[in-house]
Amino acid sequence: MLSDKDRIFTNLYGQQDFRLAGARARGDWDGTKDILARGRDAIIEEMKKSGLRGRGGAGFPTGLKWSFMPKQSDGRPSYLVVNADEGEPGTCKDRDMMRHDPHKLIEGCLIAGFAINAVAAYIYIRGEFYREAENLQTAIDEAYAAGLIGKNACGSGYDFDVFVHRGAGAYICGEETALIESLEGKKGQPRLKPPFPAGAGLYGCPTTVNNVESIAVAPTILRRGASWFAGLGRPNNVGTKVFCISGHVNKPCNVEEEMGIPLKELIERHAGGVRGGWDNLLAVIPGGSSVPILPKSICDTVLMDFDSLKEVKSGLGTAAVIVMDKSTDVVKAIARLSKFYMHESCGQCTPCREGTGWLWRVMERMVKGNATGPEIDMLEEVTREIEGHTICALGDAAAWPVQGLIRHFRPVMEERIAAYRAGLQRTAAE
Amino acid sequence: MSVSNENRPVAQGAPFVFNEEMKAKADMHIAKYPAGRQQSAVMPLLDLAQRQNGGWLSKEALAHVADVLGMPVMRVYEVASFYTMYNLAPVGRHFVQVCTTTPCWLRGSADVVAACEKHLGIGVGETTPDGQFTLREVECLGACVNAPVVQVADDYYEDVAATHVPGLLDALKRGETPKAGSLIGRQTSAPEGGALTLKDIPAKQGA
Repeated sequence: MLSDKDRIFTNLYGQQDFRLAGARARGDWDGTKDILARGRDAIIEEMKKSGLRGRGGAGFPTGLKWSFMPKQSDGRPSYLVVNADEGEPGTCKDRDMMRHDPHKLIEGCLIAGFAINAVAAYIYIRGEFYREAENLQTAIDEAYAAGLIGKNACGSGYDFDVFVHRGAGAYICGEETALIESLEGKKGQPRLKPPFPAGAGLYGCPTTVNNVESIAVAPTILRRGASWFAGLGRPNNVGTKVFCISGHVNKPCNVEEEMGIPLKELIERHAGGVRGGWDNLLAVIPGGSSVPILPKSICDTVLMDFDSLKEVKSGLGTAAVIVMDKSTDVVKAIARLSKFYMHESCGQCTPCREGTGWLWRVMERMVKGNATGPEIDMLEEVTREIEGHTICALGDAAAWPVQGLIRHFRPVMEERIAAYRAGLQRTAAE
Repeated sequence: MSVSNENRPVAQGAPFVFNEEMKAKADMHIAKYPAGRQQSAVMPLLDLAQRQNGGWLSKEALAHVADVLGMPVMRVYEVASFYTMYNLAPVGRHFVQVCTTTPCWLRGSADVVAACEKHLGIGVGETTPDGQFTLREVECLGACVNAPVVQVADDYYEDVAATHVPGLLDALKRGETPKAGSLIGRQTSAPEGGALTLKDIPAKQGA
């Protein structure tokens, strides 16, 4: 188990003061000026060496992303945009970071912003997180008053602003180009890529979009060194990660753990185990609603990191572990996710706009068993027609849970269809 | 599709302009964005207008926001109808939103919805005849380890069981603001019974 001294988010549960005095006592804003004095290239190099992969779901190396930004401005300003539109079902880690450890995020904004030569950071926080946005704004005001951000931030000679922008209830704005559209005051509909945000993002200017956790861990990595962070976890899957464990466990919780912790250990050690014991486990969605579900047989041994979960045709995603025990109607659980994606599709691309609704309607019939066996194959085929045929990954995200269900729980679906048909025949005979 | 409300903008029949307090807040938001990019402030301004207008955005409120930002009203309406948090029709004084996405559903959100419906005597999407409560099902509120979650105004009520519902709703009706957060006394997102980690925090890291 990760020891407390290697935990980055030392106020994850809000037991201590989230304000500047408390943050300083936890080591935030310690020697920030010296970190900036190392220079842009050195900071980016250290971040690359740390092996940090983006914590928002896709797992793209953070240092590499920063290196895509132009070294010299062509007259356009550059921006850092922090994706705090946390809405992936199962995920609630950024919320804790923003309400309980906001200074880690703000210090990370300054350092990341400096490294990519940005003039300002916009933190796009989901609208429902009103209290979290209040804490974040309080912390930003404190940081301005203390000269940590704003003009001559931390006495570095570098000017940098940090702003909070509240969303208003749209999952799609967690997609980086939809988020940029939304930040510009429009409907949150994703843009085609290329151009990538590093070339033309917010207001057509070079922009880096990073998840809250990716930015908030940066100051600690730079203080303690890339080798410390890279020494945790497994190669290519390093560092610590905040996991969210929800569903049928005895004690749902958030916890920061080492990457690559076995799923079983994560659940048993931190979340009080599966309700009714490990043998009562039916399945786990290991990385937020978008990633395919895993049956117990895989959960017994799988490790919680990018590569291990990819090997079993799922994904780490946001590391939101949704646990289902044997009492769960797994078809209904996935059907509810289909409804979610239907509701959240922005409507721009036909395969997603029409496909998500179609998936949900068929899934609702599958819940009852009011279908035929070949329709399971048709359902699978339609998910393949949606996947990869849309501007953004929401189409993929809608397809994968259904694919995972069919891959691992096809017999359950077939039994239900058989039972439904048997019921019909009985009724007809009476 | 995430069109929040199928209604067209509803005229209130009364003019809408920001009051002094909201005007000052609106200016503060507009100042966050570069010159000429004031359209970026449309979301915060719609939020302010909705707060001033008792929880919903009338046709007049949309027009005022458009006017303040120099935007066509249609562009403002596009935004207002895209995001679910903007209400284009009046809502009750207490806007009760129950999350029913899978993580909350696994922990019993269906019972919470049923308890709300029973106690209020209305269905999901409806408002009580006295205008006190509007009940809505919403998608993931992002507090899944504290499921089920109910949002009322700006606050989250967490670890909600059906048995908590009558007390919560009655307190709201009496004009109280029940203490937000976990209803079973948990320390935020820590496991029930107390944190198992973060007991041995060094004063400063990385020294």
